[in-house]
Amino acid sequence: MEQYFTIFISAVVVNNFVLTRFLGLCIFFGVSKNLNASIGMGMAVTSVMTLSSMLAWIVHHFVLVTFHLQFLTTAVFVLLIASFVQLLEMIIKKQAPALYNMWGIYLLLIATNCVVLGVPLINADSGYSFSLSVVHAIGSGLGFALAIVLMASLREKLRLADVPKSLQGLGIAFILAGMLALAFLGFSGMIAL
Amino acid sequence: MKELWNIYKKGIIAENPIFVLALSLCPALAVTSTATNALTMGLSVLFVITTNNCVVSLTRKIVNPKVRVPVYITSIATIVTLVQLLLQAYAPLLYKALGIYLALIVVFAIILARAEVFAAKNPIIPSFFDGLGMGSGFALAMTSIGIVRELLGMGSIFGFQILGSWYNPALIMILPAGGFILIGYMVAGYKIMLDNMAKRQAERSEA
Repeated sequence: MEQYFTIFISAVVVNNFVLTRFLGLCIFFGVSKNLNASIGMGMAVTSVMTLSSMLAWIVHHFVLVTFHLQFLTTAVFVLLIASFVQLLEMIIKKQAPALYNMWGIYLLLIATNCVVLGVPLINADSGYSFSLSVVHAIGSGLGFALAIVLMASLREKLRLADVPKSLQGLGIAFILAGMLALAFLGFSGMIAL
Repeated sequence: MKELWNIYKKGIIAENPIFVLALSLCPALAVTSTATNALTMGLSVLFVITTNNCVVSLTRKIVNPKVRVPVYITSIATIVTLVQLLLQAYAPLLYKALGIYLALIVVFAIILARAEVFAAKNPIIPSFFDGLGMGSGFALAMTSIGIVRELLGMGSIFGFQILGSWYNPALIMILPAGGFILIGYMVAGYKIMLDNMAKRQAERSEA
């Protein structure tokens, strides 16, 4: 039980997906201009990450490891996840149009992105069991959501600030993320894995 | 010949993948804490993007446009697996240092974007130079970030001690936070440089 808790907390804050592991930065900087959009993106990423981790674990454990095909992990995972996200999009479009309107567009954005591919690869590398993989995926997703929502709130305030011309846009966003990463550095050492 | 040179040059300066297009930012932060890692990553991407551009360009008349994206992804994944196996065999330490980021080259937006925007519409020779240019732009940007971070954070470049023992390393530069802040300023500096170049060109055309 303790191990699950450790991995969860570590994934949310200590090894934060965006600010410590640097995954999903394109989305992190692209979508964090608006608070509502970033909440939607956070939710979409968390659910897709969890579902695709389960799928990837099953394929990795029962197919790739069984037949000693680990060197194909990268290729198999990327195709598996891209097609899974497309399928998910079709199902949601058909079955829950309201949900689709809310975060359908985000699904397409994350279909082939390091944000979703990263977690299954880390799971496979660390040799987590099925339940540990799921806990790790949920934690990473929530960590991503936390970072992007914080960033969006900061950037909404930033609109009122007087930023030097050359730093405007991406430059100041990076520096802001640096400050945020500095704050998250305070969590490191909290849990030793 | 001039045309090919222009295609090559475009990727390095005007459309630099990291500083201008802001694509593939994850590796620019994750593996640039030392210059050696940054250079290895840059060269791996250079290889993948050039090879993939050639493959996509050669097959552009065979592949049905409806299934082009899965085909591109499969081609990229194959080339990345090759790079992974090569590094694992000949440079196991570097392979370990790059970790999952090497596998994540598969989903770099820049590679898919070049296949879709350029290689799918052009013959093999321009596509090859486009890949070479974009890859070199990426590798140069990565290496310059790596050199600055390693110099400030550890006082060395490519593992050779440059600054003497009087230098007290700024540890923050090799931590995540320093990477973010440094890239913020580098993006700003790059913007100033491009603005100046555009201004000079405008003056020249007026004169």
